[in-house]
Amino acid sequence: MRGWVSPRLAALGVLAALIVLLPLTFPSAYYYRVAALVFIFGLAAVGLNLLMGYAGQVSLGHAGFLGIGGYAVAIGPTHLGVPGWASLLGGAVISGLVAIIVGRPILRLKGHYLAVATLGFGLLIAIVLTNEAGWTGGPDGMSVPRLQIHDWRIRSSEAWYAISGATFVLGAMLAYNLIDSPTGRAIRALHDSEIASGVLGVDVARAKLVIFVISAIYASVAGSYLALLNGHITPDIAGFLRSIELAAMVVLGGMGSVIGALVGAAILVVLPQTLTWLHDYEHMVLGLILMGFMIFLRQGIVPSLVEALAGRRP
Amino acid sequence: MAEFLQFFFSGLTVGAVYALVALGFTLIYNASDVINFAQGEFVMLGGMSTVFLAVAGVPLPLAALLAVIATIVVGLLLYHLGIRPAREASAVALIMITIGASIFLRGAAQVLFDKRFHSLPHLFGSEPIRIGGAAILPQSFVVLAGAAVVVVLLWQFVDRTLLGKAVLATAANRLAARLVGIDTRRIVALSFAVSAAIGAIAGVLITPITLTSYDVGTLLALKGFAAAMLGGIGSTLGAVVGGLVLGMLEAFSAGYLSSKYKDAVAFLVILGMLFAMPHGLLGRGRIERV
Amino acid sequence: MSKTMTAFAAAAFGLAALIQGEQPVAAQTKIGSVLSVTGPASFLGDPEKKTLEIYVDEINAKGGVNGQKLQLVIYDDGGDANNARTFATRLVEEDKVVAIVGGTTTGSTLAMMPVFEDAQIPFISLAGAIQIIDPVRKWTFKTPHTDRMACEKIFGDLKRRQLTSIALISGTDAFGKSMRDQCVAVAPKLGISIVHQETYGPRDSDMTPQLTNIRNKAGVQAVVNPGFGQGPAIVTRNYRQLGITLPLYQSHGVASKQFIELAGPAAEGVRLPAAALLVADKLPDSDPQKKVVVDYARTYTAKTGQAVSTFGGHAYDGLMILVQAMQRAKSADKAKVRDEIEKTRGYIGTGGIVNMSPTDHMGLDLSAFRMLEIRNGDWTLVPES
Repeated sequence: MRGWVSPRLAALGVLAALIVLLPLTFPSAYYYRVAALVFIFGLAAVGLNLLMGYAGQVSLGHAGFLGIGGYAVAIGPTHLGVPGWASLLGGAVISGLVAIIVGRPILRLKGHYLAVATLGFGLLIAIVLTNEAGWTGGPDGMSVPRLQIHDWRIRSSEAWYAISGATFVLGAMLAYNLIDSPTGRAIRALHDSEIASGVLGVDVARAKLVIFVISAIYASVAGSYLALLNGHITPDIAGFLRSIELAAMVVLGGMGSVIGALVGAAILVVLPQTLTWLHDYEHMVLGLILMGFMIFLRQGIVPSLVEALAGRRP
Repeated sequence: MAEFLQFFFSGLTVGAVYALVALGFTLIYNASDVINFAQGEFVMLGGMSTVFLAVAGVPLPLAALLAVIATIVVGLLLYHLGIRPAREASAVALIMITIGASIFLRGAAQVLFDKRFHSLPHLFGSEPIRIGGAAILPQSFVVLAGAAVVVVLLWQFVDRTLLGKAVLATAANRLAARLVGIDTRRIVALSFAVSAAIGAIAGVLITPITLTSYDVGTLLALKGFAAAMLGGIGSTLGAVVGGLVLGMLEAFSAGYLSSKYKDAVAFLVILGMLFAMPHGLLGRGRIERV
Repeated sequence: MSKTMTAFAAAAFGLAALIQGEQPVAAQTKIGSVLSVTGPASFLGDPEKKTLEIYVDEINAKGGVNGQKLQLVIYDDGGDANNARTFATRLVEEDKVVAIVGGTTTGSTLAMMPVFEDAQIPFISLAGAIQIIDPVRKWTFKTPHTDRMACEKIFGDLKRRQLTSIALISGTDAFGKSMRDQCVAVAPKLGISIVHQETYGPRDSDMTPQLTNIRNKAGVQAVVNPGFGQGPAIVTRNYRQLGITLPLYQSHGVASKQFIELAGPAAEGVRLPAAALLVADKLPDSDPQKKVVVDYARTYTAKTGQAVSTFGGHAYDGLMILVQAMQRAKSADKAKVRDEIEKTRGYIGTGGIVNMSPTDHMGLDLSAFRMLEIRNGDWTLVPES
């Protein structure tokens, strides 16, 4: 069986099939919405996974890029007359530029210092989004005009399920390609040891920056999708708690696993929906579940499951 | 001049709060390399427990003492149930565990306590002290004194006692410490207990100024963490300096620049300082083995 | 490879199975609610939740509405508009509610509104900003006074005291910002000039720098503080700490006895616009609202052990307006109920007397606000001559 179909391609094939078949089990539009949210956050998580899982750089402020992408599709049509899809691209470009400008100095920091610097960056973006009410509508947020492609106004959860699902598969494919490319190998090398890879001729600073920019663009697109799906956006899309949520998705699902990012996103989006019956005790249970996963499946869910299944074979 | 002094006092007040929180971060990090995001919840538990015990009729000093003890127990539980079982986990996974713990503790606080704001009486009355045209609350000095006492006690502990030396050794190199016979697990448990105590005491001291509620922990942890990193994680004095600097940045930005952007300015300056001094103000560079 | 696939497929189907956990329910009238029970607005959402639960139980104990019991479905959005949106979709698609009383914050209300408008379900919001009902949308109503009304009430009192130039210090949270914006918009029309503005973060613990700047600004005759939660209490304390003696006005966001406890002696002399609910016992017996507010205050305090808050009162009003509309419509048909809500006339609630119309989906006027002053640690009514 090995050899004639690449394992990753197979995984993507299963995913695509799942995306097509899963709706057969959906009783209502609510499920489409939840699934669309899973793919949207999954997309952002894949990007963050490239940064945290493969390149080993901690980012606690990544929701800032979600915010840039989200507000781009809000501000573009409303204040600048730029159509939705162009604003989406514009948002991605702006995120990339911000990542380049901010990335160079920030990525020189290591470990917890990098964490606090990215934290500060995320907070700065959230503060600007909250305060510049003339552009952003302030803390109450602003409404986002629906995406319009010719005559088709995209607003149903079903449509966004298809769009975000397809985009996720595309994003996962690109991520796999990147990981297997020379840049990807350089990045994995620097995760293991920056000094060794530097000695081997890897341009460490450039590799880190490239990954930072790519992860920023992933998050920006995800943020734009979220804003367009909701038709409304508020500054807490870029907030500290949102950044922590993204990082948790990556760590929970498995650092260094693209499918793991989706699993992490699925858990953190779906779990609060299933725990609503706990009412006041919901947060306690959520916290315990997070801790439990990290203690017992400390490499993340997908790598741990893979290991467990592999362990069973002789 | 009176204006400048008032901003300075404000910075001192807020900075002392951050300093106490930052000290808790530094202590645990030193002994175990763990960044404990539940540190903010220790502060919250100290304040809220004292309030609720006092309302139930327990005299205030006893309520505070019980609150601190309860928080120490929580800290030890966090170590034994959360951190110790996950020994081989990566740094990020450990951070996630403490974040999960903070979510759990916040959720528990909502159920045990309530969702409103509470205060505690000032230790020396709420009449402000007027110096040079500016007014500062006596409680601000109490908080500062608290931070100073903690730093001095920690320093003496590390300098004079055998247990303290063991903590120092664990901080320097855990493997070597184990090899010379130090039970590093007990040392790390001790650091969690002491951090919890510092957090709880901080909670009791700052509540008269900042008020308390079930979710004060989040923002305090954020700023305490930033302050600890600014001062150089690993340095006790750095935590205090970092806290005070952050407080000053906020106060002076609010006063002289723009109150809307005071947090932004403070973080920008922190970022700038980190770029210039990648190990924080007083942190020691770590030597990385290749 | 095949292991990853199996692992992943197992996880995916496991999750899908988790969501499919809904049970069918017996014939009850379902009312939905999305409230910020946790998070930064829990101070508002918690009394709202408690109020709805207490009164749905009471209504059911008396036989329900139109012969059917009410079933209340409450979701907690945690103060996050995205979550609110998801729960709104859930209420409409999964729980199939007939009406919603909820939306603690303006952000969550604005995020949910399109869902309810599209699904054509009556929605009574519990949030404060004026843009919820201006422009009027067919299915959306609200019970709390708008922040513009609060500004108008405060400015009216200022003019009576012949104070015309003021400073604003507001929280950067949604409540504070929205009210600040309204005050700035309304001030020139009422002859008030705002000569200085400062802001503070809702979780800040010291506002002396901002207040120092206000104190040093020449020509300030009074200070207004739009905000809610702990911020106003700290502002009030800092105010006295700095020895500022100018009149201080708070907003209806602090409307609970707790503010007086937290601000302590510094609260003496502070004025604010608030619903009659806060001074229930001090109202003259001839006041039309007296019976309703005294009953609500007593019930709420007895059942929860906490002091009454106007936010819970807004939830009470929302529920009662909905229930009375359902009774008048003699059915739970969404369109008929909506029409009856719009025809609400002379409803005496905790917030005031409500008279809705096709162009007014809130129904309160300035008389619904009372101007209160804090004296000797308690609320007193300011006579409006």
